[in-house]
Amino acid sequence: MKFAVIVFPGSNCDIDMYHAIKDELGEEVEYVWHTETDLSQFDGVLIPGGFSYGDYLRCGAMANQSNIMAEVKKAAAAGKPVLGVCNGFQILTEAGLLPGALLRNRDLKFMCRTVQLKVENNNTLFTNHYEEGQVINIPIAHGEGNYYCDEETLAKLQANNQIVFTYSGDNPNGSLEDIAGIVNEQGNVLGMMPHPERAVDELVGGADGLELFKSIVKQWRENHVNN
Amino acid sequence: MKKVKIYVTLRESILDPQGSAVKGSLTQIGYEEVQDLRIGKYLELTIGDTDRDIDTIVKEMCEKVLTNVVIEDYRFEIEEAN
Repeated sequence: MKFAVIVFPGSNCDIDMYHAIKDELGEEVEYVWHTETDLSQFDGVLIPGGFSYGDYLRCGAMANQSNIMAEVKKAAAAGKPVLGVCNGFQILTEAGLLPGALLRNRDLKFMCRTVQLKVENNNTLFTNHYEEGQVINIPIAHGEGNYYCDEETLAKLQANNQIVFTYSGDNPNGSLEDIAGIVNEQGNVLGMMPHPERAVDELVGGADGLELFKSIVKQWRENHVNN
Repeated sequence: MKKVKIYVTLRESILDPQGSAVKGSLTQIGYEEVQDLRIGKYLELTIGDTDRDIDTIVKEMCEKVLTNVVIEDYRFEIEEAN
């Protein structure tokens, strides 16, 4: 399976994302600069965290105007897995690929620590390696991760099981219904504030995030490889 | 040439913790009459002569890029620029 890691000026988790795919999973991966105009050769798209365009105007607002975003939208429409982490999640909401928006953290502080996440829905291409209700440890590092949407959107998210991860116990940012990650209606676009790519090796404090990437590959193999 | 002044604030339905904190300190130093305080953004655009309708293009720019209508409200004023 071949992944693209999209790189914007100001992305800073791109190397971790690349490492997770190449060294931990052993799959193919390439960096794709934001001015590029073709993602057709890739099977999955990863939008890493960081501060694209210095978070000028709003987080993700400027990145959403890049050439590559039209291609990310095409990939999403074609049903390819698209994962946005942290700033990547913010970009996906700005792009309208996911509903809602990310506001400043309730306490106005940048939060950087490991949190417990509950897997609310393990029936997605991103979470099939987890158990439903499983609690996993994944680091967060964000100042604007307070997920917000209107009541109508929330009701839809709940009815369609689109809430994939919630904060278990302590909610670090004040997000609605403790939401940490959601998928689109089709289930092939996931946005989440916590960083699974920073939890792929026991040597650096835990590997709970690796299962997310394994899930993507497992699903892809089931769909594309005939044994 | 026109000068366009755009005012952006968080929507009424959304809590503004920064605004609440600042209101708190105004209350603390004796301005109890302040009922609410919301912090927003101010953008100023200078727009050259164009055949396009200014009102229409400013609205487009606001909805496409300058604001996020999921969380923000905006209003703007168009003035003659010197």
